[in-house]
Amino acid sequence: MLEYLAIIITAIFVNNIVFAQFLGICPFLGVSSRLTNATGMGIAVTVVMVISTLVTSLLQNYVLVPLQMEYMQTILFILVIAALVQMLEIIMKKVSPALYVALGVFLPLITTNCAVLGVAIMVTQKGMSLTQSVVYAFATAIGFLMALVIFAGIREQLELADVPRPMRGVPIALITAGILAMAFMGFAGIG
Amino acid sequence: MNFFKTIYHSAVLENPTFVLLLGMCPTLGTTSSAINGMSMGLATTGVLICSNAAISGIKNLVPDKVRIPVYIVVIATFVTLLQMLLQAYAPALNDSLGIFIPLIVVNCILLGRAEAFASRHNVASSVADGIGSGLGFTVARTLLGACRELLGSGSIASLSIYPESWGALLFILAPGAFIMLGFLIAIYRYLQAKSTKKHSA
Amino acid sequence: MAGVLTITTMIAGFLLGYVYRSTAEARDKASSDKLVGAISQVVSGFDNDPVSSKTTVTAGSSQITIYPATHDGRLIGCAAESSSDNGFSGKITIVAGFDPDGNILGYEVTSHAETPGLGAKMNDWFRGTGSRSVIGRNPSSRPLKVSKDGGEVDGITAATISSRAFLEALNIASEGAMTYFRQSTENK
Repeated sequence: MLEYLAIIITAIFVNNIVFAQFLGICPFLGVSSRLTNATGMGIAVTVVMVISTLVTSLLQNYVLVPLQMEYMQTILFILVIAALVQMLEIIMKKVSPALYVALGVFLPLITTNCAVLGVAIMVTQKGMSLTQSVVYAFATAIGFLMALVIFAGIREQLELADVPRPMRGVPIALITAGILAMAFMGFAGIG
Repeated sequence: MNFFKTIYHSAVLENPTFVLLLGMCPTLGTTSSAINGMSMGLATTGVLICSNAAISGIKNLVPDKVRIPVYIVVIATFVTLLQMLLQAYAPALNDSLGIFIPLIVVNCILLGRAEAFASRHNVASSVADGIGSGLGFTVARTLLGACRELLGSGSIASLSIYPESWGALLFILAPGAFIMLGFLIAIYRYLQAKSTKKHSA
Repeated sequence: MAGVLTITTMIAGFLLGYVYRSTAEARDKASSDKLVGAISQVVSGFDNDPVSSKTTVTAGSSQITIYPATHDGRLIGCAAESSSDNGFSGKITIVAGFDPDGNILGYEVTSHAETPGLGAKMNDWFRGTGSRSVIGRNPSSRPLKVSKDGGEVDGITAATISSRAFLEALNIASEGAMTYFRQSTENK
């Protein structure tokens, strides 16, 4: 139990996927100007990341390693993620159109979210067990959701501020992210 | 469009880092020094030129509906090739770039250029676009790496400029990456706004 | 339609399989070169192949890989590979060289994820001058500790956790090396 707690705390705070590992920056900058969008994207990423890590870990352990074809890892993983995102989109459309309207627009963007592929590859590199991998993926996604929501909250306020013209938009957002990353450094060394 | 015009257009007017804001993850994650930033830029450029050429070559054979998955497979193949070659012949570089090598696959620049350019132009222009975009983000990453290294550890490309203890360590750490990139984009915009003003006047 | 995708993937698979096999030798060589490089950094004057005569010993709760160094068949020391999970950002792996009395001849940090500019300095710091240096110290008589914990080694400024983890790995390596030296004299 303690071991899983350590994985969760580390993945959410200490090694936050956005602020410490620099993954998932594109959606972090792209869909963080509105709080509602940020929440939607964060939840969609959580769903995809957990399922895809589960599937890719199974494939890695039961297909690639026995066949000694680890070199197909990158191709296979990205295809699995792309297929999974497509399937989720179709299922969501059929089962819950309301949910599709809320989250569906973010799904195609997730395929090229490097955090998803990054986590799938990292758990195999770290040699985590299946349960550890899924817990790690979930916690990392929660870390991403949290980063996105905090950031969107700040950006909504930022729009009211008088920022020099060349700094408007992304530059000031990046500097804000830097200050947030500094705050997150305070967690380093825990766990 | 001729070859060199395409390069200029892709490198400066549509600079992937400063204008299109694509491929931000490796831009932030591998630029703790000028050399690292440049190596990552060159590695990505290599993959981009190859994948652009290949995709432009096969564009008429691929049905529209499976276009994207096929592009992804092509890109992933070149990335895996690069990874194997680095492991074999440049293991130190492979270690320092780490997870960002396989993640070139999901670099938005590659799929973006495949979809927006290579699938519509011939092989030669697609190669030119690859070189141009590659040049654009390689220079951007080298610059970002150099600034961070200079402010953080007082050196550029490991050449000491002033004593290391005077440096602000912050710039080598994660927050420095965000802050420095923010300022560089702002400077780029300022300079561009100035030059367009001059041209129109 | 799906056929095109399958064919593309198969071509990719064959191409990668071919390159994978043809670079396999170079990749193995690259990783063993790194190890051999580290070993010859930390022990010197041997004329055997330490990698091919490697053994493992148990020290405390961990398995330590030992690379014996001999000259004319006489044991002149060994390199021990050990790690600590208590680094600032995870695992630190080192290779350390010891003479038969257990004195540290040298060390090399082979993998770590410590903060650049702080903990990452450890590969140079502990070779420095004065009480920073661990070279020539003997952890087998008294385990090394940073001065903050009442020990004799000056840790890296502002990176005590990394320093502690580094010394922990070094102490484990020493324990492994001493176990190995004891075993090899008993067998004679």
